[in-house]
Amino acid sequence: MTAITDIPDAPRAARRPQISNPVLRWLRANLFSSIPNGILSVVLLAILAKGVFSFVQWGIANAVWLTPANDSSACRAVRGVGACWAIIPEKYRFILFGTYPFDEQWRPALAVVLFIALFYLSTRRAFWRRELVYLWIGALALISALMWGGVFGLSFVSQDRWGGLPVTLILATFGLACGFPLGILVALGRRSTLPAIRSLSVLYVELIRGVPLVSLLFMASVMFPLFMPSGFNIDKLLRAQIAIILFAGAYLAEVIRGGLQAVPRGQYEAADALGLSYWRKHRLIVLPQAIRHVIPPLVNTFIAFFKDTSLVLIIGIFDLLTTAKTAIIDPAWQQFSVEVYIFVAAIYFVFCFAMSRYSRSLEATSGR
Amino acid sequence: MEFGATVDVRRRKSLHFNKDFCAVTADHPRPPPRRRFFAIGRNELKGLFWQVLVVGIVAGVVVFLWSNTVTNLSARRITTGFAFLGREAGMPIADSLLAYNPRDSYLWAFIVGIANTLRVAVIGIVLATILGTLIGISRLSANWLLSRLAAVYVETLRDIPLLLQLLFWYVLMQALPAARAAWRPMEGVFLSNRGLILPAIPLGPMQLWVLGAAVLGCAAFYVIRRRLIVQQMRDGKPRPAWPFALGLVVMLPAAVSLLLGVSWTIEWPELRGFNFVGGLTLAPEYFALLIALVTYTSAFIAEIVRSGIQSVPRGQWDAANALGLRRSFMLRQIILPQALRVIVPPMTSQYLNLTKNSSLAVAIGYQDVVSVANTTLNQTGQAIEAIALIMAVFLTISLGISFFMNWYNSRIALVER
Repeated sequence: MTAITDIPDAPRAARRPQISNPVLRWLRANLFSSIPNGILSVVLLAILAKGVFSFVQWGIANAVWLTPANDSSACRAVRGVGACWAIIPEKYRFILFGTYPFDEQWRPALAVVLFIALFYLSTRRAFWRRELVYLWIGALALISALMWGGVFGLSFVSQDRWGGLPVTLILATFGLACGFPLGILVALGRRSTLPAIRSLSVLYVELIRGVPLVSLLFMASVMFPLFMPSGFNIDKLLRAQIAIILFAGAYLAEVIRGGLQAVPRGQYEAADALGLSYWRKHRLIVLPQAIRHVIPPLVNTFIAFFKDTSLVLIIGIFDLLTTAKTAIIDPAWQQFSVEVYIFVAAIYFVFCFAMSRYSRSLEATSGR
Repeated sequence: MEFGATVDVRRRKSLHFNKDFCAVTADHPRPPPRRRFFAIGRNELKGLFWQVLVVGIVAGVVVFLWSNTVTNLSARRITTGFAFLGREAGMPIADSLLAYNPRDSYLWAFIVGIANTLRVAVIGIVLATILGTLIGISRLSANWLLSRLAAVYVETLRDIPLLLQLLFWYVLMQALPAARAAWRPMEGVFLSNRGLILPAIPLGPMQLWVLGAAVLGCAAFYVIRRRLIVQQMRDGKPRPAWPFALGLVVMLPAAVSLLLGVSWTIEWPELRGFNFVGGLTLAPEYFALLIALVTYTSAFIAEIVRSGIQSVPRGQWDAANALGLRRSFMLRQIILPQALRVIVPPMTSQYLNLTKNSSLAVAIGYQDVVSVANTTLNQTGQAIEAIALIMAVFLTISLGISFFMNWYNSRIALVER
C-alpha cells in the first residue's frame, strides 16, 4: 500500500467497534474512514454513477452496431444520443491496413502478428541471449518480405500503398532497433575521454532533444530532398523513419548514459586491470550491467516512441492515426469521428498498457 | 543488443572480483606513460586516430550534404539568408495575442507565433502542475475510490498518443452547439463551437499601474518574509508576517487604485447575431490544445508527485504524527519540502515536454511558431532558415525553463551542515 494510507491511526481505530462483516469492514476502512472521507466517497460515487450511466446509454443502449454496407442513415438517426459503432465494421480494414491491396491484406495482418510475437518473445527472460539478435534480424527480414512482396510468388506492393497498424509498428520497431545501437554509441561517446567525440555526441543529443519531433519530421520531409544530390530520391516513409531513428537515438542515449553512470567504477577498473580493450571492456563488462540497470526507463522510452510515431500524421504518412482520420473524411460517416478515435485509442492503449505493465513487473523483480 | 554478453560474464567466473581487489587497483592506478616531447603513448595515438576518423566522417557527411544543398538551392533559385524575414507574410493568423494582419512581415508573423507558443506553454505548465499535483495526491489518498479513479486517469491518459487526444478534444469542440445555443454553465460564461467565452476586465494603462503595484508589493513582501524567517531562526521568536501581507499585497494596490481613480468594470460577453461581442474568447483550437496538453502532462506529473511523496521515509511521517501535527501542516512543512527534492528534476523535463508538444498545434490549425514556420517554408521555400528559427526558439525556451528550474532546485536543495 501507499505511504499515506499506511500511516497508523491507532488511537481512533481503537475506539471504534469492531465490525465482523468483511464487506462492511472493507467499506469502513477504505471509503468511510472519517466523515469528510465518507462525504467524498458519496460525491465520487454519484459522479461515477452518472458518468457510467450516460456512457452506457450512449455507447451501448442507444448505439447502432451494424448497418447495411455504406449506409449511415441508422447512425444519423441516433446522432447525439447514441454511438455509431457500425462505422468500425464498415471501416476497420481501411483503418488497420490503409490502402494496401484489399485481397492481399492477410500479409500486413500476418506482419502484425509477427511483430507481436517478436515483442512477446523479447520480453521473456529466457530469450535474453545472443540468439535474440538473429531472431530479430530474421523476423524483420520476413516482415519486409511480407510487406513488399516480390519474392516467394507474392505480388509487389509499393511503399506508398502501405498504411495503418503495420506502418505504426514498422516506424516504432525499426526506429528502436536502429536507434538502440546508435544510442549506445552516442552514450559511450558522451562519456568518452576524447574531446572531439564527446563534444560531437553532446551536440547531437542536445540539438535533437531541444527541438520538437514535429520539426524534425518537417525537416525530414522538406529538407531531405535538398540535402541529397539531384535525381536521388528517398521514399517519404523512409525519410520519416530516418528522422525517428535519429530522434530515438538521442533519447535512448540519455537513458543508457544513466545506466553507464550507475556501473561502479570498480567494474571499469577491473576490466582495465584484465587488459581488456575498450570495446571488449564495454561489450563484456560494462554494457550488460548498464542496460540491466535501465531496462524499466528503456521500456518507458519505448512506450513514448510508440505513441510519438503518431506524429507522422503531420507530414501525411499513413500510420494508424492517419488512416483513422482519413476514414472519417467520407461524407457519409463524417460525424462519427469520436467512435473511430475511441477505437484507435483502444489499439494504442492495448500496446502501451501491455508495455507499461511489463515495465512495472520488471521494476518489481529487478531487485532480486 | 548486448544482452547475450551477460551470459559470457556469468560463465567466466574469473571476471568476478571482490571489492577489495577493486579498491587496490583504484588506489594504485597504472603509472601514466612517460611523456616526451615528440613521442606520444600508444593510447593517445589510438585516441587521436579515432577522433580524426569520426570527425573526418562527420565533416565529410556535412560537406557532402552542404554542397548538395547549395547546388539544389541555386537550381531552385532560392537565396539563402534571413532577408526574407522583412517581406510581407500574407498568411492569416486567426488567433493571436499581438496585433497582426497578413500584410505584416514574416518577422512579425514569427514573433506572433512565438507569443502563441508561449501563451499555451506557460498557462499549460501552470494548469498541468496544479492538476497533476492534485491527482498525484489523490492517488495516495486513503479513500479507495479516489485513489482508484486517479490511477485510472493516469493509466488511460498516459497510454494514448497526445496527438490522438488532441484530435479527439478538437472534434468534441467542433461538436459543441453553435453560438446561439451555447451552453451557459455560469453567468457570463459561454461554451460553444466558437470556443470558451469568459467575462473579462479590460486592461488599460491605469489598470496596469495597479497590477504593477501588486507585483511590486508581492516582491517586497517576499523579501520581508525571508528576513523575518531569518530573524526567527536566530532567536526563535515567531514574527507574524500577515500585517506585511495585508499592507503590501492588498492595501498598496488598493491605495494606488483609489488614488488614480481606476474603474474596475467587468466586461460581460453578449451574443450579437451569430457571434459574441466583448469578454475574453478562447478559440476552440487554443482551448482544445490547452486541454489536451494539460490533461496529458498532468498524468505524468501525477506520477512524479506520487513517487516524490512516497520517497519521503516513513520515519518522517511517524515523527510528524508523534509530534501531533495537523495533517495539512505535516504535509506542508514536513513532507512536501523533502518530496520536492525528488520531484523538481523530473518536473523540469515534463515542462520541456509540454512546451515541445505544443508544436502539435499544427495538426489542428492553431498557429504556434512551428505552424508559422511551416507556412513560411511552404510559401518561400526557405527551409533551412525556417527550421533554424524553430530550433533557435525551442532551444531558447528550453534553456530558459532549465535555468529557472535549476535555480529553483538549488534553492530547495537539502542544506546540510
